[in-house]
Amino acid sequence: MSEYLVNIENERLSFFTPAGEVKALNDVSLQLREGEVLGIVGESGSGKSVTAYSLMGLTAYPGRLIGGSLQFNGHQIDQMTEKEMRKIRGNEISIIFQDPMTSLNPVYTVGDQICEVVMLHTDKNKSGANERAKELLSLVGINEPEKRLKQYPHELSGGMRQRVMIAIALACEPKLLIADEPTTALDVTIQAQILELMMELKEKLGMAIIMITHDLGVVANMCDRIAVMYAGKVVEYGDANDIFYNPSHEYTKGLIRSIPKLTEKEHSKLIPIEGSPVDMLNPPAGCPFAPRCGSCMKICLREMPPYTDVTDIHYSACWLLQKQEFEKQQAQKGDA
Amino acid sequence: MAKYIIKRIVMAIITIFAVASVTFFVMNMVPGGPFMSEKAISPQAQAALNEKYGLDKSLSEQYITYMKDLLHGDLGLSVKQRGRTVNMIIETKFPVSARIGGMAILTAMIIGVPLGSIAAFKRGTTIDNIIIIFSTCGIAVPSFVVCTVLMYVLSLKLGLLPTYGLTSWRNYIMPVMALSLYPSSYIARLMRSSMLDVMGQDYMRTARAKGLSQLVSIFKHALRNAVLPVVTYLGPLLAYTVTGSFIVEKIFTIPGLGSEFIGSITGRDYPLIMGTTIFLATLMVIMNVLVDVAYKFIDPRINLK
Repeated sequence: MSEYLVNIENERLSFFTPAGEVKALNDVSLQLREGEVLGIVGESGSGKSVTAYSLMGLTAYPGRLIGGSLQFNGHQIDQMTEKEMRKIRGNEISIIFQDPMTSLNPVYTVGDQICEVVMLHTDKNKSGANERAKELLSLVGINEPEKRLKQYPHELSGGMRQRVMIAIALACEPKLLIADEPTTALDVTIQAQILELMMELKEKLGMAIIMITHDLGVVANMCDRIAVMYAGKVVEYGDANDIFYNPSHEYTKGLIRSIPKLTEKEHSKLIPIEGSPVDMLNPPAGCPFAPRCGSCMKICLREMPPYTDVTDIHYSACWLLQKQEFEKQQAQKGDA
Repeated sequence: MAKYIIKRIVMAIITIFAVASVTFFVMNMVPGGPFMSEKAISPQAQAALNEKYGLDKSLSEQYITYMKDLLHGDLGLSVKQRGRTVNMIIETKFPVSARIGGMAILTAMIIGVPLGSIAAFKRGTTIDNIIIIFSTCGIAVPSFVVCTVLMYVLSLKLGLLPTYGLTSWRNYIMPVMALSLYPSSYIARLMRSSMLDVMGQDYMRTARAKGLSQLVSIFKHALRNAVLPVVTYLGPLLAYTVTGSFIVEKIFTIPGLGSEFIGSITGRDYPLIMGTTIFLATLMVIMNVLVDVAYKFIDPRINLK
């Protein structure tokens, strides 16, 4: 078994729409060790969720994996059949979604929906599953679990429903929990509670987490590693310090500039990233961020930049870094 | 729940009262009368007949008498079918129509729900297209064409089924087929669109993420949510269908209530018009209450107040 729990290499995935092929993921590579938290940040349509869903074999129609290798916990995900994938889903990999209001089936009780996954992946019978469901509800901090089990989703608040979703996800003690913007639909105080709960459960159960979000504040606090995605590509990868204090990609820099700061004066304006996201039907030949980039060079429009290592675990896809690297080497030669 | 049912019963009585009143006055506003068309009727005989059926009285008097009788469940004497009360006619004819109509709706459900679900599940494929074409045709083709084609093919050409009467189970096949074509097509279309909607819901993604198979997630998680629009449609549909179809009953010579409906209007059989209309209205109201109650059982979010 490899040293990684998750190892995605050069994943390419496209959606074949009537208007043409939408290249949602272009050579995405990501690694994650057991018990680590990986944050994937990026704007809507950058491929964050698509990457995570493909890891569960849940790519939505008309999407199709067209290249690359996806390994998880010794499984070669990209070569597994639907039947084999079903054994992993909800068992070894679980997911919680953005909107807890709509992610639970309105016509079944909370208990039914938790028991379902327990009974699917374990030998427990109905009463055993019920016991486990009670345990899980206590684990996610819901009081009176006995009563809650018999309630329907609409009788619970948003935060409570997200806790139920987490209970469902953790029912079989997965190795990996994917959290797809788990707090976007919740209000701020509940957001903090849910994130805290997730971190607490991570410590308790020792699972790895992939946290998909566009909230940089969330990743800063939680994640061991951060991948910044833009237009179906990981443009920068590093730990929280690298990304926040030493961003090397122009897009990451722009993202960080656009975070509101407490220290700023009352009427100072936020600095947005100018321009609009790329048209994924007709992606540019060069760096996808080039048209919006303040430091765009000629080569940026023509050719895709390769990855440049900033440190051992921090790399970034930007021509500027290649240029700096080249100049450094020239200078060294000159000295010699 | 009990409070809700009582409330609905009160509303039902008001509705039926309104239907009865409007029908009564509109019916009498239409020119003509029950004995106008018959030839060589002497003025004395005409007067005697009018007196017998109370048609000589003023309209308001007639209305009050009728409503009084209605309260006792008495729908009056048929004007055209001598010696038979409207209650008798409905009692004998309704079971025939109800049997055929009920079977037709059952067939429509058995065909429509799976067909719509399959179409949604296989959206964009040939199977989906075939189902769409079938259901569009089923809605567009009028029932007299369906009846005639069925008769021509199954009875005349293949000699498989009898063309008229209701003597054996084989007599029921064609009328039920003809009656169920439209509702099964309609249900298939309803089911397809609501299934597509449900399949795109987040909780379906959750079901898949749990590791459930497509089939289980559709049967357990989608069907119950998707069937709601069909249930809504089913209530009034059932009321209409069990009271009989004029065309189908005429073509297959079935002694059902549907023919009485139309016959009563052309013959100006006032009590029968009133009786059949009130009967249909009552059924409709009951069905709607049943639909609401069924809703509550299918979807726990619905609160009956």
